[in-house]
Amino acid sequence: MLVAVLSGFGLSLAAPWAVRVGRLRGWLFALLPLLLTLYFLSFTPAVMTGEAITASYNWVPSLGIQLSFYLDGLSWLFALLVSGTGIFIFIYAGAYMADEPLIGRFYAYILIFMASMLGLVLADNLLTLFIFWELTSFSSYLLIGFKHKDEAARKAALQALLITSGGGLALMAGLILLGLAGNSFEISALVAGECLTEHPFYVPTLLLILAGAFTKSAQVPFHFWLPGAMTAPSPVSAYLHSATMVKAGIYLLARFTPILGGTALWHLLLPAVGGLTMLVGAYLSLRQVDLKRILAYSTISSLGALVFLLGLDIPLAAQAAIVFLIVHSMYKGALFLIAGILEHETGTRDVTALGGLARIMPLVALAAGFAALSMAGIPPFFGFVSKELLYETTLGLQDNAILFTTLAVIANMMMVAVAVLVFVRPFTGQLVETPQQPHAVPLGLWLGPLALGLGSLAAGLVLAQVGAILIAPAVSAVVARPTAVKLALWHGVNPMLILSILTVLGGLVVYRYRHSYRRISNRLDMGRQWGPAKWYEFGLEAMLSLGRLQTRVLQHGYLRIYLLTINLVFFVLVGLTLVTKHDFAGQLPSTDLRVHEAVIAAIIAVAMIVVLFARSRLAAVVSLGVVGYGIALIFVFFGAPDLAMTQFAIETLTVILMVLILYRLPPFATFSSRGQRIRDAVIALSVGALITTLVLVSTTVTQPTLLTSYFAENSVPAAKGRNIVNVILVDFRGLDTLGEITVLGIAALGVYALLRLRTPSQRKVDLTATVETELVAEQDKSKEVEAM
Amino acid sequence: MTIVLAFLVGGLYAGGLYMMMRRSIVKLIMGLILLSYATTLLIFTVGGLTRAAPPIVPAGVSEPPVPFADPVPQALILTAIVISFGVLAFAVVLIEQTHRSVGTDDSNNLRGIEGEL
Repeated sequence: MLVAVLSGFGLSLAAPWAVRVGRLRGWLFALLPLLLTLYFLSFTPAVMTGEAITASYNWVPSLGIQLSFYLDGLSWLFALLVSGTGIFIFIYAGAYMADEPLIGRFYAYILIFMASMLGLVLADNLLTLFIFWELTSFSSYLLIGFKHKDEAARKAALQALLITSGGGLALMAGLILLGLAGNSFEISALVAGECLTEHPFYVPTLLLILAGAFTKSAQVPFHFWLPGAMTAPSPVSAYLHSATMVKAGIYLLARFTPILGGTALWHLLLPAVGGLTMLVGAYLSLRQVDLKRILAYSTISSLGALVFLLGLDIPLAAQAAIVFLIVHSMYKGALFLIAGILEHETGTRDVTALGGLARIMPLVALAAGFAALSMAGIPPFFGFVSKELLYETTLGLQDNAILFTTLAVIANMMMVAVAVLVFVRPFTGQLVETPQQPHAVPLGLWLGPLALGLGSLAAGLVLAQVGAILIAPAVSAVVARPTAVKLALWHGVNPMLILSILTVLGGLVVYRYRHSYRRISNRLDMGRQWGPAKWYEFGLEAMLSLGRLQTRVLQHGYLRIYLLTINLVFFVLVGLTLVTKHDFAGQLPSTDLRVHEAVIAAIIAVAMIVVLFARSRLAAVVSLGVVGYGIALIFVFFGAPDLAMTQFAIETLTVILMVLILYRLPPFATFSSRGQRIRDAVIALSVGALITTLVLVSTTVTQPTLLTSYFAENSVPAAKGRNIVNVILVDFRGLDTLGEITVLGIAALGVYALLRLRTPSQRKVDLTATVETELVAEQDKSKEVEAM
Repeated sequence: MTIVLAFLVGGLYAGGLYMMMRRSIVKLIMGLILLSYATTLLIFTVGGLTRAAPPIVPAGVSEPPVPFADPVPQALILTAIVISFGVLAFAVVLIEQTHRSVGTDDSNNLRGIEGEL
């Protein structure tokens, strides 16, 4: 199973080369989802008996992260959805983007997506699930921004990424809480384990996980990223943003229903958010004229319906949700692909600018018709069954049955109107002049939508088998007990049938009056001023401003203020630690002092004071030299001849360097005020005093060291050297010295480069100088000539 | 002597830091030099002082006669001296170049282009 999940990532790496096969590349890539579909289909008998297939691989054992997979009815259904739709999407994309130069990149991204999505729905470990979840957001970002030269696409991609990965962060926190509460990070163990709904972590866990699911599945108020994502190429819209990725949130909710579901909070939040999303999506959908935006909003509405269903407190709801999930993936995927075909062929996606295309692309029109009929819920299409189930569920509720049924009927009427709109406008009536001359559609393009459309019809015709094979195992997984599913087209005349008929009629009425609807809703429009998209923009802008402000305050660019801050922090933190943690009872070092040492120390101190107060640069440089030589003498007194020699040599070089270079710089100037000088002096003295204290304290503590005796014992026998310091440098710690030499070499290179660097003004001076010398040379020559 | 050196190190740190907090970049360099002296001396003092007994093994024996000065801080200081000279040389040349191209000695005027963040 690991191979099945990871194969997409593998092929993704090869995609940039694999696209070289030419026109047939779509068919080639479709082989992978085809194989995956067959692979998952091979589990059918096992899944039908309610058996779960598991596979586990060690990933990060030290952190308890297992790459574990769990295939039950629910994940099997989603895996089939992902790989099955993938076949048609991949074929379609090959024809749709035939002339796209970056097609290799496209396939690489979409393969990453497919693999991540499979990993997501098959994952058993919570952290594995989270990683695949984030990978889908990430690949979605790349795919939305695929037309990266288009600013709108980049913006939409970023928006989608920020919102879904913001929710992803919440989800991660929720998953970790869930793992801690349930004492396991394996979903299968959590489902089988004890009930968590009474656990003190329950409410935060639920809220955080819902935040992740709602952002991913574009629930109000996070819905606005989905229409923005329509800047992606059509195959992406069909695959990610209607059939699979946006369903990840739904999958998550369904998956966690046995663990987190069934509480009052669950039954409150899900129907509320889902119901609102269902209405808002439907309301906004019919206002659009851009075909893809119409579909995007209707997708939001459908996702809302799914969340709504999963939250209803009735066993039938899970069944209705799973059926609707499949129905929606088929018809919406087909419609998105058809929208792509229309744009590809005519150059526009505006429904009001299209018409009569059925004559030019009959097969596409047929597919659109099937999909629209399923969407509108007309028998014998699969959509009809789904709608009946929806009504049966809401009518069966104990509380709020009337309210929820009304909501569902209103939303569905709008969907009927949308279905009529997306089929009737582009395909029937007079042929309308379009920016591009449409012509016959190639096989690669119409195959996908037609297959999905036919699927919608076929599923409605073999209902019993679909119910037993596809639906029942998934529903059993959601409700966590074996459940039989019996689907039928005809139940006799019952309330559901009447509601269905009402819905269709109502939808036709809405369609008839769609212009007045658009006018009125535009007048009532508040979304543009106050909608969540505005909040997002505001939040983003506020975050950037905060970043700029913080940069201005912290990164002000004054070196001495940085130093001041560092010194203060050092003083306060170290000083506090010293005072609070150390007891000053230790023995002070001996006061044994020889006269010549005292004299040297005094000379150093005086020389330093001269440096501080010198008016002339030469005095300062000379005094610095005195300090350095004084330190070298201290080295001599205390048994460090090597240090003394080095210090003498370096000191001489430093003085020479300073004299040479500093004389090119202006004389000392006093820039700061008296107050600033006093402030700096106080801070510098405090740090100095602290260091003195630290030195005194550290000499009272004697820590026996093994290093010294080791070096002393081994210097002669092991390294054949009698000067231990030298032996350490060139032998025991030889690599350090090599590093040191490298540092010096780099510094020397830098110095050389800086000295060679000529500023523009200097270059001009040099140039005039050369010209002048040349002139002089010319004159000399002419003089010579005259002399001859 | 340790006590004297402790005060000397503290004084050198104070002096070096004070000079580094000046606006004049020449003073900044001098502060940097003082700071490297201070650090050298700090390691030396903290490592323990032993008079006139360099860590050298006399001919004929395989270990130095006890007591001998600790070679470990000496090795560290040797590295420190050389590296700080490298840093110093680079800083001096950098500042000289900066002064030549910008024409100021005041680090307040070296803040890059206005509004460039």
